[in-house]
This record gives sequence, structure tokens and C-alpha cells, in this order.
Amino acid sequence: MTSIVTFKFRLYIASNTQNSAEAMANLLGICHRYLPGRHEIEVIDVNREPQRTLADGINMTPSLIKLAPAPLRKVVGTLAHTKRVLLALDLADTLLKQEPVH
Amino acid sequence: MKMARRPAVTQSKKARTFIRGFDEVTGGGLPRGRTTLLVGGPGSGKTIFGMQFLVNGALHEREPGIFVAFEEAPSRIVSNVEGFDWPIAELQKKKLFFMDAQPLPSLIQVGDFDLTGMLAALGTKANRMGAKRIVFDALDVVLALLPDQGAKRREVFRLHEWLLLHGLTGLVTGKSGGDEDASLSQSPFNFMQFMVDCAVVLNHTVASGVSQRNLRVQKYRGSSFDENEAPFVIGRNGFNVATSAATSRQVSYASHERVSSGVKRLDTMLGGGYFRGASVLITGLPGTAKTTLSSAFAQAACRRGERTTFVCFDSDGSEVIRNLTSVGIRFGTYVKNGTLNVISARAMIGSAESLLVRIKELTVESRSRCLVIDPVSTFARSGNEITSHGVAERLIDWCKADGITLVCTSLLDESAGQTETGTPLHISTLADTWIQLNYLVQSGERNRGMSIIKSRGTSHSNQVRELILTDSGITLADIYAARGEVLMGTLRWEKERSEHLENEVAEVGERLKFLTLAAEHAELQVRLKSIQTELLAKNVEKTLLERTTQSRVNERARRNVRLRKLRGGDSLRIVGKRRNRD
Repeated sequence: MTSIVTFKFRLYIASNTQNSAEAMANLLGICHRYLPGRHEIEVIDVNREPQRTLADGINMTPSLIKLAPAPLRKVVGTLAHTKRVLLALDLADTLLKQEPVH
Repeated sequence: MKMARRPAVTQSKKARTFIRGFDEVTGGGLPRGRTTLLVGGPGSGKTIFGMQFLVNGALHEREPGIFVAFEEAPSRIVSNVEGFDWPIAELQKKKLFFMDAQPLPSLIQVGDFDLTGMLAALGTKANRMGAKRIVFDALDVVLALLPDQGAKRREVFRLHEWLLLHGLTGLVTGKSGGDEDASLSQSPFNFMQFMVDCAVVLNHTVASGVSQRNLRVQKYRGSSFDENEAPFVIGRNGFNVATSAATSRQVSYASHERVSSGVKRLDTMLGGGYFRGASVLITGLPGTAKTTLSSAFAQAACRRGERTTFVCFDSDGSEVIRNLTSVGIRFGTYVKNGTLNVISARAMIGSAESLLVRIKELTVESRSRCLVIDPVSTFARSGNEITSHGVAERLIDWCKADGITLVCTSLLDESAGQTETGTPLHISTLADTWIQLNYLVQSGERNRGMSIIKSRGTSHSNQVRELILTDSGITLADIYAARGEVLMGTLRWEKERSEHLENEVAEVGERLKFLTLAAEHAELQVRLKSIQTELLAKNVEKTLLERTTQSRVNERARRNVRLRKLRGGDSLRIVGKRRNRD
């Protein structure tokens, strides 16, 4: 058993938009299923924190950034396709491990 | 009352772009607080237009601007526009902000997204710097990532709403393929062009190997605009849109001042010379001394101390100067002291429009009051036949507006045989003065003839003159047009000689006649004198005779009286009778 690695995510959303809400739900779903107990999610509403959005160079919402573990990854969109999201976040092995159980 | 006359504080409805010609085409600039769509093919100048819109706004209107770059990194855009005279680095401190909005290649996209993040960030930035103008360069790049048409429309709509909300004057650029119509109807811009308040199309075509750039305003809500395609050139100052005589321009002052044509007799024929600010066209076949005649004008201008630009398309400038010394026109000193600016334009290649812009730039740079273009027919060179007419028109309009006296020569097409009907550019209808040069081949000689076909606003001679080139310059000579034949050159000289002789003979004859008459007159005088003397003598003789007769009568009477006294008769009666008998 490898040491427990905590996944740190930052999700930029725009309040009151359909696709941001979808992304939020999808991310939570993925985390609960594949990273139970080892994830942290920071949600930033671009409309409330535009300064930070500008500084972070976020253009599209929703945007998901995987801060840890390295490498840094950035995914844009509703995160509707779980398999692709996991691949993008270097969680392919997690997927493999989980697959048989399922 | 004075207060009431001051303009209201409300902003004008248009945001001036200060792009040469564009504000004229749109009647003042882009719609303020609205969105404008700029569509063009690759390399049509979309980014430059956008940059210039922001730079000019910041420089001339003190309106800060934001440039959102979707396609290229801002640093690359900045280095790309380094060639222009724009103080980008200076402006970037306060008035100009670049936002890098390129979708990175490493970016992974899963599902639908929107641009709220960017707009939220931009909103705060715009508020902080007080931006008034914003350019979204190559919006199509990010729209292409969106999964479906609906999403694309939604984002375009979101952007539009955002611009309206923030009161920013927005310019959105987007790509189009080669064919302008087809590309515009492609999504998402077909949707966008209905939504925006103003749509501008740039296109870049190649006709007979010559590149032509055109700009067309497709729509402009609530404003009139020039609907035609306007050629444009990207020069050192950025865009330069060619506009024909701007309707908004005030009527420029028409000068009554005359400027010398450089040939004294031609000035006389024109009633004093060309008008200042007039456009003069000299047409003729090759070798009819068009260049020489136009150079004479340039020389006269230089003598007056007026800066002059001489553009020669046919041969190298130094060659022209050398060749002109043979007719006594010496440009050397004027070139040295900067009065004359000789431009060899043979190397200038490009569309007629770009040639005009180059000439304009050079003329304005040297602050010239007189401009010679030799020959202007170069504009109509390959690939430019269609556009060159408009160019010639703009050349004349521009010269008039700036009060520049323009002399241009034009080669007549020999094969077309259009001797007096017109020039390739139809410039003859636009020119104020049209001088026609031609040859007359006669008895083994080729001589140059010159006539003024038209000269607006001046009385001008209807006579054809012979143009003679000498070491000391150009002179005009009368030609002989007697009994239906026109004599020039040697024939004219011969005719002149023979007339001279005839005159001499006639003169001698007259003098002889005068002498004869004088002699006769003197003779008569003498005769008159002698007769008068004779008359006097006769008078004297007559008086004498009368006197002797009287004295004799008296003597006889006295004798009779004495006789009668002696005889003692009645003397009185007898005396009376005797007297009656006498």
C-alpha cells in the first residue's frame, strides 16, 4: 500500500451557470468514488473573485486545476466524461484498481 | 448665451479610430459602447487594425484599452507591431493592457465551458484602468473549442451582453477563408454579424500578381457609411484606408494664384500659368518631351524656392537629372539644398494604392508644394487597371485638398490610337489643364507640337505651337498653318526665311515709291513757287500799266482843259463825254 496522497483541487466556477454547476457535481462525484477521504477541493467563484481570476489567468469556466500531487494539470469543461477526467488528472491507475471491484 | 453654445458633455456616438480614411468611411469611427465585428482572411491585417484602434484611442483620446489575445502571445504581438511608430512599451504602463487568453496546448477539455471567467477578470481590470476600448483578437480560436453551435452562439451572445453592460467599445476579430461571402455565412460569425452593430470585412486578393487589400463596411446600425470597398494599405503608420473625396470634408479654398509652367510662352498661352493647386496633365507619345516639360515646371518651382517632389517611374533619378541638363534644366543644386526631392520609383512595386500612399508619404515628409509624377500612367500597370482610376481620382483630390500643384505626365497608348479621347486612367476628365504633345512627321522630319486641350478657369490659346528644345531650355514657336498645311521644323524655318525675303523686297519697293513721290512733290513745290513769282511780276506790271494809263489820261484831260480854256469852250460837259468813251 502506497502512502496516502491527498489530491488538491481548485475549481473555478461562475455562479449561476449551468455548466459550472454540472462541473461541481461531477467533480464531487469523481472524488467520492475514486478518492474517498484523500481530496481537498477549493472552489472559487470568478464573479466574486475576479482579481484572483485575472491573476491566475483563468479564461474559461469551469476550470479545474490539480495542484497536488505534481504535475499540475488543468481541465476545462463540465467534467462530464469521467474516464477522460481521470486520465487527464493522472488517475488512470486509480481507475484500473477500482475497475475490478466494480 | 455663451454658456449655451458650449457643446454638451455627452460623448459622441462614435469612437474615433484615427485610422486614416476609416473614420471617413464610417462617418466618425466605430460605434461607441457597442460591438464591431472585423472579419478577414489570413494576413488581412485584423490584428494590426485592432492594435491601431487601441493605440490611437490611448494616444489621441486618452482612452485606455485592453487587448485580448486568443491566438498569439501578447509578447509576440508587441514584437510584430514594432515596425510601426507606436509607443507600445510606453502605453503598456497605464493605457494598454494585454491579456493572454490563448488556450494552451496542454489544456484538456472535457465537456462544455463558457467564458465567464475571462469576462469576470476583464471586468475588474477594465474598471481598474478605466478602459474604454477592448479588442478580442481571433475570437474564433476559442469558439472552435466549444462543442456545438448552440454553445458558440451562447458565448458570442454573452460577450456581446458583457460589452454592453460595461459600456466598452468592442472590436471582435475573426478569421474568414479566402472567399468572403462564404466565410461570413459560416458559423459562428453569421450569427454574430446579425447581432453586432457594425461589421467590417477585410479582404486580400491578388489580381495579375498584384496584391490588393480592400476594406468594406458591411453594416453599421444607425449610421450611414460608405458601402463600397475601399482599398487600403498597411504602411509605417498602420492602416491607411483610401477614401475618395470625402463628403464630409469642407470645400477647400481654390486659389487664384498662378504658378509658372516654366515656359514663358506657355504661361502666356494659359493666361499667366497654371493655377496654384491645379492638376495638370501632359499627355503624349514616347519622346514628345513630356518629362522635359514637367521638369521645366519643377525647375520654376524650385527657383521660387518652393519644395518640390519629382517622382520618376521610367528611369533612375540620377539619369533623369543628367538627361535634363541637355535642355538647360539643372536640378543638381536644388537637390543638394533640399528644395527638390527626386524619387526614383521604378523599384516601387505594388498596387496602385500602395504607390499612391508611398508618394503621399514622401511628399508630406518633404513638405512639398509642387508634385510632378512622370508618368502617372504607371499606376495602371499590370493588375491595377480596375483600381487605378480610383487611385488617380484620389491623387487629384488629395493634391487639391492640400493645395499641392500637381503636374503629371501620361503616356498615350499607341496601339489603342486614343490620341485625344482619353488616357488609360481617365485622368484627362479630372485634370484641370490638359496639354497634349504630339509629333508631326513631314518631309523627313519629326517635330514636336503642343496644344492646350483644356484649361479650366483660364482663357487659353487655341493655337498649336511647335515645341523646341534648346540648350537653354524650352521655347515655343508659332507654326504655319497656311492653305491647309502645317509647317514645322525646317519647313517652318524655310517658310520664315522666304517670308522674310518677301518682306524685304516689299520694303525696298515701298521706300522707292516714297522717294519718287517726294521728288514729285518737291518739283511741284518749285513749280508752284515760280508761278507765284510770275504772278507777282504780272501784278506789278499790271499796276504799272494802270498807273501809266491813268497818268496819260489825266495828262490828256489836263491838256484838253487847257486847250478849251484856250479856246474858251464849256469844259465840263466835254470832259464828261470823253471819259465815258474811255
